[in-house]
Amino acid sequence: MKVTQGCFSFLPDLTDDQISKQVQYCLANGWAVNIEFTDDPHPRNTYWEMWGLPMFDLQDAAGVMMELAECRRVYGDRYIRLSGFDASHGWESVRISFLVNRPPNEAEFDLVRQGVGGRSIRYSTVRKNVAHAP
Amino acid sequence: MLDVPITNATETTFDLRKEAESAGIVATLQQLDQELIGLRPVKDRVRQIASLLLIERIRQRAGLATAPPTLHMSFTGNPGTGKTTVAMRMAKILHGLGFVRRGQVISVTRDDLVGQYIGHTAPKTKEILKKAMGGVLFIDEAYYLHRPDNERDYGQEAIEILLQVMENQREDLVVIMAGYGERMTSFFASNPGFRSRIAHHIDFPDYSEDELLVISELMLRERGYRFSAAAREAFEKYIALRRTQPFFSNARSIRNAVDRIRLRQADRLVSDLDRMLDVADLETIDPADVLASRVFSGGADARSAKP
Repeated sequence: MKVTQGCFSFLPDLTDDQISKQVQYCLANGWAVNIEFTDDPHPRNTYWEMWGLPMFDLQDAAGVMMELAECRRVYGDRYIRLSGFDASHGWESVRISFLVNRPPNEAEFDLVRQGVGGRSIRYSTVRKNVAHAP
Repeated sequence: MLDVPITNATETTFDLRKEAESAGIVATLQQLDQELIGLRPVKDRVRQIASLLLIERIRQRAGLATAPPTLHMSFTGNPGTGKTTVAMRMAKILHGLGFVRRGQVISVTRDDLVGQYIGHTAPKTKEILKKAMGGVLFIDEAYYLHRPDNERDYGQEAIEILLQVMENQREDLVVIMAGYGERMTSFFASNPGFRSRIAHHIDFPDYSEDELLVISELMLRERGYRFSAAAREAFEKYIALRRTQPFFSNARSIRNAVDRIRLRQADRLVSDLDRMLDVADLETIDPADVLASRVFSGGADARSAKP
């Protein structure tokens, strides 16, 4: 199962060249580019761990790609995403976010239906068959 | 700021002049010639680099093999020969010629690269390298990175990271190191990796007296002054004398001299408060402003020397 987060993840995985162009777009807009990684890609897990500091004073995507290569070397078996944070007044939020690395064995989720309180139904997204899942 | 896609068409004949003009090479070289006095070896090397770029571009379009050239440079020379100035200019030139993508200059010294405790150096150096990507990293007085007397110095760590990036990401950034001749030589001697990874070792010659005079006039013009004919003559003598005195540092000494001459000129004008000034008075340097310098009375040493 291919984990999808953000519309880029419905496309074939981006190549380094394509990632680099996206990063350059972020930098050209003055956004801070962050590299984040996690082994828990649950859709409600918003806060991934950061790789290094946000990169807000770079001119060229090569700097980000260098860090990404380093992060992949260390955490190649986890999900890694890039995000661009726009600090300008009125936005002050993440403007772009996409996956740049997937583990060899992707996480799988089940949508579990549970009957509660008579005829009420509660749905929950549950990670499937993972020994080391958190 | 976004990259333009490269098209891979194969052609067979090329109009060299048109190519050179469209790449902006002619204009860039002319500007360099006009704005920098002397520095023959530097200009020659820049011209060669520019020519290589042009040919590489054409080769690419002709479908021949191309390899990005190594552009790391080392500038050596005496104080005040324009190493820093040229390094700043070099970024603009390389950007204009399309060698570097963004054209920013990150100017650093040992302090910016080397950390203060274990594990501090690598992130610090990488941070700087990331900022310099797509542009020029200018390391002033690079020999301070290596402290031969202390083998546990963190400088070595910074050097290793630098070398790695200089080798692996040649097309992403250009490293320029600058420093005084002899110390750079011993720096390279103890770090042979650097010497071989730097393609262009450019030695900055000392300026001749004529060049120094032209530089002084250029500096005055920038500041909105000019020499009177007699003052110009006096300044020629000043340069000849100053060169023989200790601590002469080429264009930097001239800049300081020009600044002191401005002080003296202002002092001379203010000393006579009852006089009506016109614009010519304000911008003209008189011989008296030059001749009052202590260079003519035996230099700084003569006055400060204890009896």
